[in-house]
Amino acid sequence: MNAQKYAWIGFLVLIASKTFSQDDLMKMLENETKDAKPEYATATFKSTRLINGHSIENLAGGVLDFRISHRFGYINSGGYEFFGLDNATTRIGVDYGLTRWWMVGVGRSSFEKQFDGFTKFKLLRQSKGAKKTPVTVSLVSSMIYKSLKFDNPDRTNYQTSNMAFANQLLIARKFSERFSLQLMPSMVHYNLVPRESDPNDILAVGIGGRVKLSKRVSLNAEYYYQLPGYKFENTYNSLAIGFDIETGGHVFQLHFTNSTGMTERTFIAETTGDFFAGDVRFGFNISRVFTIKDPRK
Amino acid sequence: MINKIQCLLACLGFAFSLSAQPILMTRSGQISFFSQTPMENIDAVNNEVTSMLNIGTGEIVYAVLVKSFRFQKALMEEHFNENYMESDKFPKSTFTGKITNLTAIDLSKEGKYSITVEGELTIHGVTKVISVPGELVVSGGKVRALASFTVKVADYNIEIPSLVADKIAKTIEIKINCQYVPKV
Repeated sequence: MNAQKYAWIGFLVLIASKTFSQDDLMKMLENETKDAKPEYATATFKSTRLINGHSIENLAGGVLDFRISHRFGYINSGGYEFFGLDNATTRIGVDYGLTRWWMVGVGRSSFEKQFDGFTKFKLLRQSKGAKKTPVTVSLVSSMIYKSLKFDNPDRTNYQTSNMAFANQLLIARKFSERFSLQLMPSMVHYNLVPRESDPNDILAVGIGGRVKLSKRVSLNAEYYYQLPGYKFENTYNSLAIGFDIETGGHVFQLHFTNSTGMTERTFIAETTGDFFAGDVRFGFNISRVFTIKDPRK
Repeated sequence: MINKIQCLLACLGFAFSLSAQPILMTRSGQISFFSQTPMENIDAVNNEVTSMLNIGTGEIVYAVLVKSFRFQKALMEEHFNENYMESDKFPKSTFTGKITNLTAIDLSKEGKYSITVEGELTIHGVTKVISVPGELVVSGGKVRALASFTVKVADYNIEIPSLVADKIAKTIEIKINCQYVPKV
């Protein structure tokens, strides 16, 4: 009888150890592989541009992005101007991702016949897990050349007078799947300024963000605050609000803004409309990506 | 008296010897999947699959980080994670199961063995019981697990919008190829 009792105990211990190891195997695997690699934040924004300016997003290596942007006239210009639609400026551009962290791009705007080129580096990636980094940091450096003929051809004019250089540090955090925020301390250097009293270096701090409304639609906003003393007279701060709509290979960005230009010098430093006085215009960006190089080869 | 203690010790000893069975592991297993439609073919590979196999009990577990699947097109990879798999909500896909015909196999001898694996597959937060045929290849002290099976996308609450319905197959082919080494 006693031997039988112990046999039962032994049998139960056997069963217990067997079932213990079933879930235990998964727990063992989780322990062994815990925090092996950091988990990087992805898709902080849906596109490489927030609205007018850059976001921390880069194109993946070997990917080409074809971009067309339009900004129309002021909506308050009335029905005769078809609420600004008759008066459009455009930019066409091509961006290319050289590596995961380095992309370049060129473009041409109809406003002031500007040519622009930029290079963008992703310096730091937001991550959690094995390595914790709170933000993603990128650096954008662009050169904008105004190719309009000189107002006064009789005096000595320099081509370099038409050049401006913009440098921005982009600092962004994806707070949740739905919400991301970005800060953009920026500096635009003009080789030649309109008035003697104007500074050659425009300093501004931008702030922007997005709220994801559904899997494929987000609401974006962007504001550039020019530091007093470091801005041109009679210019306003750039404000833009819009939607990003993603379909397959296209991202459509539809927005309202007071800025005409789509290059850093134009929207940061040369916005002449007051958003809150109704000087608002409709604009859009369309982006289409093509994979040029297979990343797995 | 001695009899009872001996009996108990024998049973405990037997139990512990079972839980001390060799466990095999991999951190670089491969899982790939393939979707075929007349419009477009989609394939992706994950070479960072972690798995453990207990060759004593036949228990086998997999943990797969969804963001480690690599696609030919970066945008496809982004949409896979953001819109379909919702990888921020469900970062891992897992399988816990057992080789049902382990007793018929002698893994100490080199060769190829047909196996059946039964267990719970969890994708996108949904768990389904599946039974899958596979193969274990024993050679040079290592064990390689191979399997090929299909899953229905709808079974795991993965939404395919009508706009792209004819670009993504309703049934996806999954292939497993993992080489295990004894866990140290």
